[in-house]
Amino acid sequence: MTGVDQAGGAALQIRRWTAASRISTVVVTVGIAALAVVPFTLNDNAVQQLTSLLIFVILGGMWNALAGYGGMVSVGQQGFIGLGAYGTILLTQHGVPPYLAMLMAAIGAGILALPISVLVLRLRGGQFAIGTWVVAAALGLLVALDGNLGGGTGISLTTLNVYDETNRGAYTYWVTLGFTVLVLVSSLLLLRSRHGAALQAIRDDEEAASAAGVRVLPQKLALFVLAAFGCGAAGAMILANTLFIQPQSIFGIQWTAYMIFMVLVGGLGTFEGPIVGALIFFGIQYEFADSGAWYLIGLGATAVFFALVLPRGLWSLVEERLAVQLLPVGYRLVRKTVVQPGAAPQDRQVRDG
Amino acid sequence: MTWLNAVVQGVLLGGVYALFACGLSLMFGVMRIINLAHGDIAVVGSYLVWEVTTRTGMSPFLALVLVLPVMLALGYILQRTLLDRSLRGGPLVPLLTTFGLAIVIQNVLLQVFSPDVHSLGPQAGPISTASWRINAQLSIPVLGVVALLVAVAVLGGLQVMLHRTGLGREMRATAQDPDTAALVGIDARAVYARATAIAVATATVAGTFLAIRSTFEPSSGSTQLIFAFEAVVIGGLGSLWGTFFGGIVLGVAQAIGSHIDPQYAILAGHLVFLAVLLSPRGRAIAGAVTR
Repeated sequence: MTGVDQAGGAALQIRRWTAASRISTVVVTVGIAALAVVPFTLNDNAVQQLTSLLIFVILGGMWNALAGYGGMVSVGQQGFIGLGAYGTILLTQHGVPPYLAMLMAAIGAGILALPISVLVLRLRGGQFAIGTWVVAAALGLLVALDGNLGGGTGISLTTLNVYDETNRGAYTYWVTLGFTVLVLVSSLLLLRSRHGAALQAIRDDEEAASAAGVRVLPQKLALFVLAAFGCGAAGAMILANTLFIQPQSIFGIQWTAYMIFMVLVGGLGTFEGPIVGALIFFGIQYEFADSGAWYLIGLGATAVFFALVLPRGLWSLVEERLAVQLLPVGYRLVRKTVVQPGAAPQDRQVRDG
Repeated sequence: MTWLNAVVQGVLLGGVYALFACGLSLMFGVMRIINLAHGDIAVVGSYLVWEVTTRTGMSPFLALVLVLPVMLALGYILQRTLLDRSLRGGPLVPLLTTFGLAIVIQNVLLQVFSPDVHSLGPQAGPISTASWRINAQLSIPVLGVVALLVAVAVLGGLQVMLHRTGLGREMRATAQDPDTAALVGIDARAVYARATAIAVATATVAGTFLAIRSTFEPSSGSTQLIFAFEAVVIGGLGSLWGTFFGGIVLGVAQAIGSHIDPQYAILAGHLVFLAVLLSPRGRAIAGAVTR
């Protein structure tokens, strides 16, 4: 990953890793290990809260992968959340053990994204947004029609009752942590590969990317399927965390509102942003979720504010002020100036797109 | 004969959908943005008319005439403040802004007016229930016919405005190329503000007819936005009469679905929309936007 170019006394080097990103990768690895032992140290309620935080991280990360890296504003990811949850119910009804059912349901949501992509991926901008919304609404209506899945009144995941509360909470937490790491690492690897560059080119200008030889649809499809898998996993874990779901709420548009809030506040198109956004959203929800309508008014108004004033979110401030990138997603061009007598060697960084 | 009745009811329902859709279509045509708060703005119109009607006891139709200038002004301000700014931020920002706006409007309505379901039917008087009985199975509701005629008038009016007036010429020029339009002295922002004002006004008319013929609540807007968008796509983008046709097709699909089983009504509309997306016509629509 190192290309060297001599230009006028300055050596240009393309770099992926920085000191900060090396350190933070170690920190993240240690952090995941620390998160893994949480159920041994904290009480049941805290574990359940952390599970919902991880679910938010998955949701924010997936929505950001779609919109921030692929330019696809989806208003219908709740369709996949619902598929993951109801897929789990359906599989356990057929005798599949619950946690295996959650994994299979998430994969199932990813597979179902293929036929759905035929419908919506050709659409762009606002059409894609409402197209995905219609698909999610149709899926919700179809599920509500099925009496075996509890119809419109909802259904419980009874098979998890074989575990006592503490164990159930811990297993659910570990599976959620596993999904979180899996989807974040997959999207990191996807964005680091040449697909990442191609996708960002599509996001910035689809025609230009296409003219430059990027095959647009397969690139978008890869993200769409990944996001469907991630949202399906989140849906399955929401079910495991709450044990009861209703079509209106699990297929509800509020999930999209939450995702947009997290991503916009954290930082659209930055890898770390949605994680920051999820933390902020988690705190806000913990404090204000009982305030009803005012809580949602606040969320919507904040999202509008960030969209207009700071579209790359809080993380962009951190990145710009400190010039750090914690996770090595992009490349950076570093100009090594020739060392002048008496002057320290300077690294001037050129921001990547 | 009952099937014929379902089709007739569907056509009349389609008139209301066409009313919802034409504002969405106009904003998309002029600014290339889809206003995700369009349905909720229509519901704001419904609530304002309801408020005026319950406070003064006047007919909802008369109240609509009073509310329209307010909504025109609100649309103008909306464009000048939020949407103009969002348009400068690239293609994603208007979607995010209008989605946030939709969440805010829904919950402000919830806070101010409670989640109760309202209808303007009783206040509208006998017209809301009157119908022409053709025979035992087939009757034509007067209100539906009025809504359809209003839809034809509004869409026809928009068509005339776009093709016969100076403002319409400016809108078409700006839609094609705002920079070149600016060279000949057209202020794109002024054109956008007027387009949004008109779109919000048509949404108010639609919201009022929805409120008279059925019920509304703070969260009604999302469903209406989806229906409006389905009508626009089924009818083929960029043509007002296409949108009218799309509204009728959607209305008929829902009425036939509802005739089979009431819980299939909305689903049938979605399925027709998705079928159109899959058809060569849908491919052409996606292609037209890719251009």
